[in-house]
Amino acid sequence: MQHVIIGAGPAGVIAAETLRKTDPSCSIKLIGDETEPPYSRMALPYYLIDDIDEAGTYLRKSDTHYEDLDIEIIRDRAASVDPDAHTLELESGATVNFDKLLIATGSHPIRPPIPGLDSPGVHSCWTLEDGRNIAQNASKGSDVILMGAGFIGCIILEALAERGVNLTVIEMEDRMVPRMMNQTAGNLIKQWCLDKGVSVLTSTRVEAIEQDAGRLSVKLDNGEQLGADVVISATGVRANTGFLEGSGIETDFGVLVNDRLQSSHPDVYAAGDVCQGRDFSTGEFSVQAIQPTAADHGRIAAMNMCGRDTRHQGSVNMNVLDTMGLVSTSYGLWMGVEGGESAELVDAEGYRYISLQFQDDVLVGAQALGLTNHVGVLRGLIQTKLKLGKWKDHLLHDPTRIMEAYLGATQSIGHNAALL
Amino acid sequence: MLRALQIEPEKCTGCLQCELACSYQAEGVFNPAKSRIKVFTFHDEGRFIPYTCTQCSEAWCMHACPVEAIVLNEETGSKDVLADVCVGCKVCTIACPFGTVNYNQDTKVVYKCDLCGGDPECAKACPTAAITYVDADHTGLARMRAHAAASAN
Repeated sequence: MQHVIIGAGPAGVIAAETLRKTDPSCSIKLIGDETEPPYSRMALPYYLIDDIDEAGTYLRKSDTHYEDLDIEIIRDRAASVDPDAHTLELESGATVNFDKLLIATGSHPIRPPIPGLDSPGVHSCWTLEDGRNIAQNASKGSDVILMGAGFIGCIILEALAERGVNLTVIEMEDRMVPRMMNQTAGNLIKQWCLDKGVSVLTSTRVEAIEQDAGRLSVKLDNGEQLGADVVISATGVRANTGFLEGSGIETDFGVLVNDRLQSSHPDVYAAGDVCQGRDFSTGEFSVQAIQPTAADHGRIAAMNMCGRDTRHQGSVNMNVLDTMGLVSTSYGLWMGVEGGESAELVDAEGYRYISLQFQDDVLVGAQALGLTNHVGVLRGLIQTKLKLGKWKDHLLHDPTRIMEAYLGATQSIGHNAALL
Repeated sequence: MLRALQIEPEKCTGCLQCELACSYQAEGVFNPAKSRIKVFTFHDEGRFIPYTCTQCSEAWCMHACPVEAIVLNEETGSKDVLADVCVGCKVCTIACPFGTVNYNQDTKVVYKCDLCGGDPECAKACPTAAITYVDADHTGLARMRAHAAASAN
């Protein structure tokens, strides 16, 4: 069996490893277009603040990891796919045959239609190469403008602040991380940043970027004009599906798949940021573009590629973010559901916050600020659809008692204990 | 023989010796806040539940780690955090559905139970044998028997 994986990010690498574990004799080719060994974009912010060196970003630490598992790495880029012929054309001109193909091509930063975005000094922060460029140019004391206070924007925000640059963040929505946190939490994160000396402009758009005597001049929709040495664009990402045009593989926001992560062609699968897989909470198919989902997809797609029928139950959307020391997390339907109930506790001065969303007596979503202990249990409560019973009332009264709710509803206290 | 921590909450008196022993072993201080095992208190029912990582086999934390900083200890079966490899991204803390991987804001890396390398201090410190270190195949056996007996009646 010849397996070909396009994309050497977490989804691709985990899929390759799972294929090897499940089928020791198959052939595995892993195609990646970057020059470095497979690495984690999640680790780039820590590279930017010199916490780790380049090798610290690598997904696997052994020099011979891929060799040891007999995974052939090909440095190239997919140009087109012919699923019926079971062939893949690479940009180098080579053709690769496959029995099963996994599309794990990830996503790319979108470029908003702003005049001057291609000026020198404007960077994305997505690849190791981008990281190197930013590290080189955003030195202590330089003026840096960060466009976008979404998840990626906020992650590099910390790295930039630690480099000692004069930082201004421009976000078009009315709060920070608007797709992860509600008004209360998003504004607390903004206030935290302001207190730390970062200038944050929400409900503000960049209209144009102009070159101005070796520097950049950023024009905002409120009429202001800001000078900058470096502009970083972090306004969102989009799935890398361009090369699939004309292949017959159906795409929407990402590659459309069924619960076996199989695309519209039975021998072609998709995983990770490029895959429009099932969302556990909504039951709908959407692109989540998060690390744990990429890991889920990679493993499940590989099992199915080996003929082990494995259903994807849907991934819980979840995020954790550290904005200059303020840790925020969100899970599932954090915005709540119609007819549901919620519990909320705010300590604005202490920058602590927790909000839980229930449907009947089941937790369906949550968000928190400053919660670094036992936070994962929120995932457990959501994904097991644990019936909380009386513990829901306890949580409505004190939403911080999430561990007690989990243990109280599952462990042998109360009537079970009498059995022992 | 692979061994595991067996926790019998009904034997726990809430004395917190396990938390003190754990924090001293792991961090060199007697500080329950730094313990890998945590005793949860149920005042209304007068009960306590010690809880820590179960070293689950397909560990979510390990699979979610983007930089291979959580590894299987083949001798003990524990999933260990390599503090010098961990970048502090915290993805494992939200991925663990049991809530047993925590982030330390001082050291900027995550921490979890590593079974003290095969000689867990919490079990040794527990005066009522609510925490024991037993053959991994036997954990929960008493509870399973009790449930089976109850459902047979």
